[in-house]
Amino acid sequence: MNPPLLAFNEKGIYCEAADTYLDPWKPVNKAIISHGHADHSRWGHKKYITHHSNVPIIKHRLGEIEVSGKAWNETFTINGVKFSLHPAGHIIGSSQIRVEYKGEVWVFTGDYKDEPDGVAVPYEPIKCHTFITECTFGLPAFKWQPQAEVFTEINKWWQQNKEDGRTSVIFGYSLGKAQRLLRHLDTSIGKIYTHGAIENMTDVVRPLAEMPKTTRISRDTKKDEFKGNIVVAPPSAHGSPWIKKMVPYVTASASGWMTFRGARRRRAIDRGFVLSDHCDWQGLLKSIEATDAEKVICTHGYTDIFSRYLRELGYDARTEDTQYEGETGEEESKKRKRNLNVLSLHLQSGCK
Amino acid sequence: MKHFAELIKTLDSTNKTTLKVEALTHYFKNADDRDKVWTIAILSHRRPPRPVNTTLMREWASELANIPLWLFEESYHIVGDLAETIALVIPPAKENTEKSLNQFLQEIIELKPKDEATKKEYLHTNWLALNYYERFVFTKLITGSFRIGVSQKLMTRALSKATNIDEDILAYKMMGNWKPEKTTFKKLILEENEEDYLSKPYPFYLAYAIDGEVEELGDVAQWSAEHKWDGIRAQVIVRNNELFVWSRGEELVTDKYPEFQSFIDKIPNGTVLDGEILPFPKGSIGSFKDLQTRIGRKNITKNLLSKTPVILKAYDILEWQGEDIRDKAFQERRKILEKLYNKLSTEEIPLHLSKRISFKNWAEVAKERERAREEKSEGLMLKRLDSPYLVGRKKGDWWKWKVDPLTVDAVLTYAMRGHGRRSNLFTDYTFGLWDDEKKELVTFAKAYSGLTDAEFRKLDAWIKKNTLERFGPVRSVTPHHVFEIAFEGIAESKRHKSGVATRFPRMVRWRTDKNIYEANTLGELRDLIPD
Repeated sequence: MNPPLLAFNEKGIYCEAADTYLDPWKPVNKAIISHGHADHSRWGHKKYITHHSNVPIIKHRLGEIEVSGKAWNETFTINGVKFSLHPAGHIIGSSQIRVEYKGEVWVFTGDYKDEPDGVAVPYEPIKCHTFITECTFGLPAFKWQPQAEVFTEINKWWQQNKEDGRTSVIFGYSLGKAQRLLRHLDTSIGKIYTHGAIENMTDVVRPLAEMPKTTRISRDTKKDEFKGNIVVAPPSAHGSPWIKKMVPYVTASASGWMTFRGARRRRAIDRGFVLSDHCDWQGLLKSIEATDAEKVICTHGYTDIFSRYLRELGYDARTEDTQYEGETGEEESKKRKRNLNVLSLHLQSGCK
Repeated sequence: MKHFAELIKTLDSTNKTTLKVEALTHYFKNADDRDKVWTIAILSHRRPPRPVNTTLMREWASELANIPLWLFEESYHIVGDLAETIALVIPPAKENTEKSLNQFLQEIIELKPKDEATKKEYLHTNWLALNYYERFVFTKLITGSFRIGVSQKLMTRALSKATNIDEDILAYKMMGNWKPEKTTFKKLILEENEEDYLSKPYPFYLAYAIDGEVEELGDVAQWSAEHKWDGIRAQVIVRNNELFVWSRGEELVTDKYPEFQSFIDKIPNGTVLDGEILPFPKGSIGSFKDLQTRIGRKNITKNLLSKTPVILKAYDILEWQGEDIRDKAFQERRKILEKLYNKLSTEEIPLHLSKRISFKNWAEVAKERERAREEKSEGLMLKRLDSPYLVGRKKGDWWKWKVDPLTVDAVLTYAMRGHGRRSNLFTDYTFGLWDDEKKELVTFAKAYSGLTDAEFRKLDAWIKKNTLERFGPVRSVTPHHVFEIAFEGIAESKRHKSGVATRFPRMVRWRTDKNIYEANTLGELRDLIPD
């Protein structure tokens, strides 16, 4: 019997026929990378292949690497195995990776969401035989509101804080969530200030997506400038001395985890907005259905529960252990500290 | 309902006390009077009896959400709150009801005797007519109490701001056995109300734990000391030839302790005693475990009464000859109490006096504290001789000075997801000690407090990576981490696998310096059991 087209080994998702890895977590010779979050694009591979728009992002994060960029739907062949990248809608530059060999098609999603967010190129379902999916929010408790409604709430919150004479501080990951927030904040309310980590990443993304004017917070930023305006900061800034400058402020977090009342209270954040760059429960089920896949492999998230439900629906579904972050919703990659010396110091990682 | 759900949402979305009080004050100024009474009732944990059991609610909710029951249960384990899970999994509302909080609660009360089909129909209809937050609140009203960081004290403060009535007076008005469906806001809060005076207890005065050196309390001659009893704090009221027993949770528990009925003939009307209900098997003070056999029971059998009788260890008197004497100095009140006690015979009624300790200096007090376990107490209570009886927890006049807890080093063996703000994190742990051959770890206690949030997060991440087996929400983990576990008391137990029950176990330190073979054995734990 032939080995499976894609196998899970100790280094990552391996295509033996092409001797190539998808989003490997240990250093390899050739890696196809779905997107720029730290748990999917790691340091130390000899060759990186990824979408054009992800090239500047991973270069910014990983420094000088050998990387080649591909366009959407562009087929490239390695040892007779056909690969192509397709929009995943997760963050800017995020792709699904399609792998075809001798008529058999597999698709690996990396991370994805089915709702267009106005920044990333929207997700497209790809027909395949085997679908390797994340399921970070693979529980029926997760149900997103349309993003327009969420941003109406966020802008209302900002407006109210302004009227109360406070500064709004909203937390989101530097790559992805931050740009999505920036894109949809209502700048008629006030000015947008950014944490250095977010400003650096946004500068990388500016040529690729429409972004509003922002002001980087530096040592010279005056305390009284903030009042009534909004500050976009990475989650790690919460509770740090950096934030004291914004007093009096109100905090909010924008994340899928804000679905749980407990998550917000645990983090001692005043307001939680449910806004995720992953699919919700229905989003996952609909996306899987649209691929016509018979086999489904769940990589990270509530994998056991989700794959059991898929089996009840009639799919041949199983789970595989990977090192992608999923289950806990912790903000920061566990690997981050170890690789700190090679990563740009102020970069916030994580896939949420 | 909209107004109330909005209030709960606001309370739930801030961690700042001032904003909570502001939101509550606003509510009490603007809401409908009927709704206000219910709000007071709910926030002081007086909800109507549960009309539907939660097993049925889970089934009905998963049906409505069109998911299998097992998937609902898994979701519940992760969300960590039943009402929240139900509110999340059910599809969004199609219409929106304008029913008031009062109307909902009247319906919930009337629902209890109805048949199952009617109940199901009622829940399905209403779940689908409420938006997410209202649905959460509605389900909470049915399943349990709200834990949203609003203490009764905080609510009283807001109510006082809204009505301009003194906080202490409000606290007094809200005590006791009132029923929200039978009273009005005017009667309960605004009017001077004589008719339920008969059963009304006084708000308890609570002590803080001493935080510095005991000498810092100053001149020892200004202080009284007595043992701190480990039972149920209670007020026993004799008025108009009737007896009322109130526990500290403001629960009327008269029926659970029939032995106190004998007080009626011996103690004059217009007397309120403050003290501790203690188990008294075989003529001496038992352990808290003995008392637990009485607390949970609905039916107090003759057998139970003779096996585990209780006494009241009285330490204060709040009302005498029908007069509120809480303003009198502690030593004056004690004189009255002791005079009353000396006229009675403990042969006839189960009343004991919590004796004052005599001492000349702080060193002698400290020495008496060392004897606490011998006396079956938890330590000492220190009370200023000239102090009045205050309301609630106040610093200054009363202090508890507990004995240091017992501790052992134990190994983390199982972990379970927490609830509320700790949902989705593994924060509830089971600990094991070595059997005497040091071959096997035997479960001896569960604990879920004592670590910092950062430590919980660290341990949670470790647990997720070091899981051996999963049993629903519980995971067994590789024995690796050692924790110092403190507990207040220890007793033999047939119900525990280890043969030992500990009282209030909690983690005091993560012993990263110890490996699992340095943890204690069961034998060493048993050695701590007092004779």
